[in-house]
Amino acid sequence: MAEKMELNEVEVWDGNMAASQALRQAQIDVVAAYPITPSTPVVQNYGSFLANGYIDGEFVMVESEHAAMSGCVGAAAAGGRVATATSSQGFALMAEVLYQASGMRLPIVLVVVNRALAAPLNVNGDHSDMYMGRDSGWIQLDAFNAQEAYDLTLMAFKIGEDPEIRLPVMSHQDGFITSHTAENVRPLSDDEAYEFIGEYPMVNAMLDLAKPVTYGVQTEEDWHFEHKARQHHDLMTKVFGKVDEVFDAFEKKTGRKYNIVEKYDMDDAEVAIVALGTTVDTAKYVADNLRKTKGIKAGVVAPRLFRPWPHEQMMEALSGVKAVACLDRSSPNGAFGMLFNEVSATMYQSDNHPVITNYIYGLGGRDFTVEHAEEIYSELVANAEAGKPTTPLQQFIGLRGPKLSFY
Amino acid sequence: MKYLGWDELLPGAILFSFKEDLDKDASYILPEERPYAETNSHEAYVGDWRVMKPVYNRDLCIDCQFCWVYCPDVSIISRDKKMIGVDYDHCKGCGICVEVCPTNPKSLLMFEERIPNEEALAKWPEKE
Ligand code: SF4
Ligand code: SF4
Repeated sequence: MAEKMELNEVEVWDGNMAASQALRQAQIDVVAAYPITPSTPVVQNYGSFLANGYIDGEFVMVESEHAAMSGCVGAAAAGGRVATATSSQGFALMAEVLYQASGMRLPIVLVVVNRALAAPLNVNGDHSDMYMGRDSGWIQLDAFNAQEAYDLTLMAFKIGEDPEIRLPVMSHQDGFITSHTAENVRPLSDDEAYEFIGEYPMVNAMLDLAKPVTYGVQTEEDWHFEHKARQHHDLMTKVFGKVDEVFDAFEKKTGRKYNIVEKYDMDDAEVAIVALGTTVDTAKYVADNLRKTKGIKAGVVAPRLFRPWPHEQMMEALSGVKAVACLDRSSPNGAFGMLFNEVSATMYQSDNHPVITNYIYGLGGRDFTVEHAEEIYSELVANAEAGKPTTPLQQFIGLRGPKLSFY
Repeated sequence: MKYLGWDELLPGAILFSFKEDLDKDASYILPEERPYAETNSHEAYVGDWRVMKPVYNRDLCIDCQFCWVYCPDVSIISRDKKMIGVDYDHCKGCGICVEVCPTNPKSLLMFEERIPNEEALAKWPEKE
């Protein structure tokens, strides 16, 4: 029996430790992992917990991230609670197996500490890996700080493992800015955390020898479409309600309130930034300042859940604004950024048609500063007054050299 | 097999191996007595993937079980450590069973698919 860890009411943890502790408290059966910066400490801490008697489950050291996710798929199909962590190139190497996990409806939890994708090689945080996962059929939750990384990693188990859902979940946090910055984190006790997540609900376990099941079947044009449609249907119709339910239960337990789409100062906002990750906190700080100093009705909107895409919640969040800036921290490589595309598609169906522009920023860990956010808000104010874009639709911000923009 | 709509499928494209729940571990039930489900690969004929087939000669076999152990497709039928024959519904004709057969002459040999087994047995080679 694993030992319980005595935790303080307030711990000083970075995002990696926060995620490790959530994994420990979930009493996972199998973690198969391969280290990669900046997520290495997630599984390194986990390994220390195991060595010190705080974990009963198996820890499988593998030769690559492809093998790590493959080990997770095998263990999850066999019938256990499973999780791992990765970043960047490791995430990319897992890509093939991510689709296996979601297609087989295995509720694996993957902590993704967001980092840029090479080339050029870069260990710092941007959202390239997170964006890469968006068509993989996983549920994706995004934390903006260490406390949220802890909370969302715990909740990821409860959401994905629900027998109605049975989908894998990524718990994202920003590389270094969240993962390596020590902050105050208020954890649950081991008992409270485990009680909240609950026992693993085993469904159709491959190793139930009285009722064995085949996982990983081959289907061609005669069956494949129906299976993919079933998965998409469940993502589109079942996940939102379940996420709301888990967020509510978590609020009852901790007082910490999460929303599928987070809104800050949006009640009367006329201009809004839509962003993910640590940028949200910077934008909040600036929006607040601009309200106080310049009377600008600025707000921030952030998809806490960004797959499945919260179409209705996003439409509601932006229903009163005149101008929106969608900030994408990933090179779209020949298109508009993902948030711009999704928000534009959503708002095209809305009664409200704000001016929407796209900013590419922060690639490879480049700082996103208060000045950047102020500049964006002032351009939004101009757009809102003009009722049309006063800038190019897509602009790079925080980039050296001549101004780069398109359309 | 009846085509099902997307709403009738089990999530994860999983397939149950048996028509009903077993009251014990399936490995304690002989394959011919297991209630295989329609979707179990046991029920699928894939013998037409084969170009050459292994033919089994009972007269020479010493029931060593090498072929049973090595067949990558579980297509050697053996009961109570007695070799019975080849499952031609699933054998892919890879020839591994023939490779590992230790008798002289071999108790399994590859023949063209079109040659009847009696004819193959009639022209079995002599001891070398
Ligand atoms: S030929 Fe290959 S598949 Fe067929 S029985 Fe021999 S070993 Fe098995
Ligand atoms: S390997 Fe040859 S001798 Fe051994 S059981 Fe098979 S057929 Fe018989």
